[in-house]
Amino acid sequence: MSSLPVASTDPARAPSTASADSAPAVELVGVVKRFDEVTAVDAIDLRIADGEFFSLLGPSGCGKTTTLRMIAGLEFPTAGSVRIHGEEMALRPPNKRPVNTVFQSYALFPHMTVAQNVGFGLQMQSVARSEADARVRDALELVRLTGMEGRRPKQLSGGQQQRVALARALVNHPQVLLLDEPLGALDLKLRKAMQVELKELQRRVGITFVYVTHDQEEALTMSDRIGVMDAGRLLQIGTPEEIYEQPCTRMVADFIGETNFLPITVVAAGRARLPDGSEIHAAVHDPADEERTLTVRPEKMSLAPAGDPAGAANDVPGRIHRRVYLGNALSYEVDIGPLRVHVRHENAPGAPQFSEGDAVSVRWDPAAAAVLDK
Amino acid sequence: MSAPEVTRPRGLVERALEANTWLVFAFFYAPIVLLVILSFNDNRVVGTWTGASLRWYREMVGNRAVIGSLQNSLIVASISTIVATVLGTATALALERFRFRGRGVFDGLVYLPVIIPDVTMAVMMLLFFARAAALMHSSIGVSFGLGIPTIALSHVAFNISFVAIVVRARLGGLDPALEEAAADLYAGRWQVFRHVTLPLIMPGVLGGALLALTLSLDDVVITSFVSGPGSTTLPVYVFGLVRRGVTPLVNAVSTVMLLASMLLVLFSLLAQRRAQ
Amino acid sequence: MAQLTVPPEAETLPATAELERAAERAASRRGLLLSLPGFAYLFLFFALPLVIVFVYSFATRSSTGRTILGDWNLRSYARLLDPFVLQIAWRSFSVAAVATVICLVVGYPFAYYIATRRPAVRYTLLVLVMIPFWSNFLVRTYAWRVLLGSGGPVSRLTELLGLGQTRLLFTSTAVMIGLVYGFLPFMVLPLYASIERVDFDLVEAARDLYASGWQAFRRVTWPLTRPGVIAGSILVFIPSFGAYVTPEILGGSRTTMLGSFIVRQFLSARDWPFGSSLSFVVMTVMLVAALIYFRTGGKTL
Repeated sequence: MSSLPVASTDPARAPSTASADSAPAVELVGVVKRFDEVTAVDAIDLRIADGEFFSLLGPSGCGKTTTLRMIAGLEFPTAGSVRIHGEEMALRPPNKRPVNTVFQSYALFPHMTVAQNVGFGLQMQSVARSEADARVRDALELVRLTGMEGRRPKQLSGGQQQRVALARALVNHPQVLLLDEPLGALDLKLRKAMQVELKELQRRVGITFVYVTHDQEEALTMSDRIGVMDAGRLLQIGTPEEIYEQPCTRMVADFIGETNFLPITVVAAGRARLPDGSEIHAAVHDPADEERTLTVRPEKMSLAPAGDPAGAANDVPGRIHRRVYLGNALSYEVDIGPLRVHVRHENAPGAPQFSEGDAVSVRWDPAAAAVLDK
Repeated sequence: MSAPEVTRPRGLVERALEANTWLVFAFFYAPIVLLVILSFNDNRVVGTWTGASLRWYREMVGNRAVIGSLQNSLIVASISTIVATVLGTATALALERFRFRGRGVFDGLVYLPVIIPDVTMAVMMLLFFARAAALMHSSIGVSFGLGIPTIALSHVAFNISFVAIVVRARLGGLDPALEEAAADLYAGRWQVFRHVTLPLIMPGVLGGALLALTLSLDDVVITSFVSGPGSTTLPVYVFGLVRRGVTPLVNAVSTVMLLASMLLVLFSLLAQRRAQ
Repeated sequence: MAQLTVPPEAETLPATAELERAAERAASRRGLLLSLPGFAYLFLFFALPLVIVFVYSFATRSSTGRTILGDWNLRSYARLLDPFVLQIAWRSFSVAAVATVICLVVGYPFAYYIATRRPAVRYTLLVLVMIPFWSNFLVRTYAWRVLLGSGGPVSRLTELLGLGQTRLLFTSTAVMIGLVYGFLPFMVLPLYASIERVDFDLVEAARDLYASGWQAFRRVTWPLTRPGVIAGSILVFIPSFGAYVTPEILGGSRTTMLGSFIVRQFLSARDWPFGSSLSFVVMTVMLVAALIYFRTGGKTL
């Protein structure tokens, strides 16, 4: 099917520097962006490997789109360096960079047909007509839009427009593909379907994807690695598992999924105390009496009737404050002394049931929790 | 969006609004229709109808002054439209897309010709050409008089602004991401303009050109001040005739001018519809 | 995961802030270049003429009607306060004002009706408004000359109705009719745009809160359409105030307005300094009116 190559066999993509094989697809070193008084991006260091699906995740205004635009060349960094496969991009305007962008609004040219849109980059590079036509055909086939060549953007649905934007970028065999919240305008069901499609596509084509989104579920499902940003800073980079299981800051823990925050005081190495006095095991290595925050996710905690024989390593007494029935799960608000935590039980047959006011044992494995600075 | 049923005025009020609307339309069209009908009146006297005929049209076609001034109108209108459209579009692009020193002043200057009453503009151009002629005569011994060039120059002076305003409005509504996408897809600056910006503002450019054409063909005051003998335009000539009284010849000429301008409007509206 | 690249020495990192500034300067130069032709033209053929008019307004008229560019004085401005001149100015103002009010009173219901039709009907009605609007102005005004003349259709009509022959032509009324006829679309279009933008859910909410039709209009629709009212009023007043063609064709010697008066200074009276001062003052009045328009939020013309 494809005149679209996989990974390194395409001559257009061979990096020119000697350290080609070890050069990351995208590298940002100390990149800063200031708009007048506002610092949108504050000294970012980032290395994205070849063929990786990398997401920049964060709330609105965190600088992720600005960062993407600096990779595309649509913004100048105020300081720092942007490199693609080892090559410095500072002197290159966007039309001279081996990257292509899928815009949030798709930015399809309304006065051109689908085929003309998709073939635009090839036309600008003076690719021979016959080759261009073949590549356009293949690109449309890749995104499952064969037969739509003659349509105009406004005759297409949102999902179709999105795929045209994708084809338009991919047809040029860019070294890196940048995507700016491409699924934001689609309804839920379509969005989920497209997430799967995009991931598949990326795997097949082998191009490095840099994906910007504020939807943490999206980032978790699709990415090989995620970079979490907030207020212009890169807080943590890691695989979805690393980010979810071992968040390194409060913001990351809070932004991704749901979590509990428990203020603790260090007792000794490996041991800490909760506000109500209960002692627990925790991965603390600080001097005694230091204050930290423990974060543990609701599904990592479990409840047992008070007085049950000990289960997991951490076992503290609590009382059920509220029970919420979610259909596929049960969510309990439990008071541990002055603290209120959420605990989530899957609604499996044989799972213990509790009511409001019950005394319970709250249990979790210390390895499933993470310790954060206060 | 259309007003929902409950808020559309009920009963009597609705009837009154409808009646008002019909009256206004009658008001708009009655004079025009009457004029057209009267132009076919065989009788010299406006009030008496003695049958339909084409004699005034025949007279018009044979009237050298009419044909001559029509020619002048068309020459001036085409030149001034083309020049004003080019300059106006460049102006709109400069003001909307770039930041440079003096932009504020230029911006204000562009709006002035639109606000100024045509009498003032007519006076301005007359004095200007009077002084320019005196200056050129005394410094390099060349003399020129009022004529087609001075008319065209004056028309361009006010038309640049109208074109600039229309094109600017169109530019402002353009999604900036489109030009960014073109650059992202390897288009250089000139290519972005040629393949994306220009086609997308073209309706605005054409609209501005149409406006300029209409204003140029319509103009009376400014033209009458800066035209010389032998370089009258059609509206100025007609104006001269009208001041001397109503004649059937004028009726015929007027009808032709009317129909021509109406056709122009219809044509452009249809073209707009098609483009959408 | 890919190997870390060796970070380059600090000096080989590009000074990107510099690059950005250089790019901005280059863009600025391009913009300047692009604006130059238009600016040069307007400077030469608009700004300069304007200055010349201003200068002439301080000049002197010789006994033969030539202009002496010396002996600068304020006589031309003093003449503006002449009762005769003030009368003409007042007439221009009141005729323009009345014409504006008539346009508003007639135009608002008209625009309202169109704005509350179905979209397809709306478009047709607007096209029907646009057609005469874009037709030749001179001819449209001339049509009224034909209509209002003695022996003309209007006169015939009133004769039939037993009201006797009307001599409407060459009166202020005729001029007003001509102005309303010529500029009514300038009132209708902004009004239409403004009414069309009203969220009629708000009117519905008002009705839900026990407002009558009239109260809902007065308290909700009218205030919301005020920008359109102001825009339309200014768009009618400005050209009416400085009108020339309409008063010349439909008005008479007793209904002189500023436009004709100014022209007369250049053609028959040959008092160019006075004509200049008049033109300048009329322009200033218009500018003030236009500034008011822009201040109250009108952005499009």
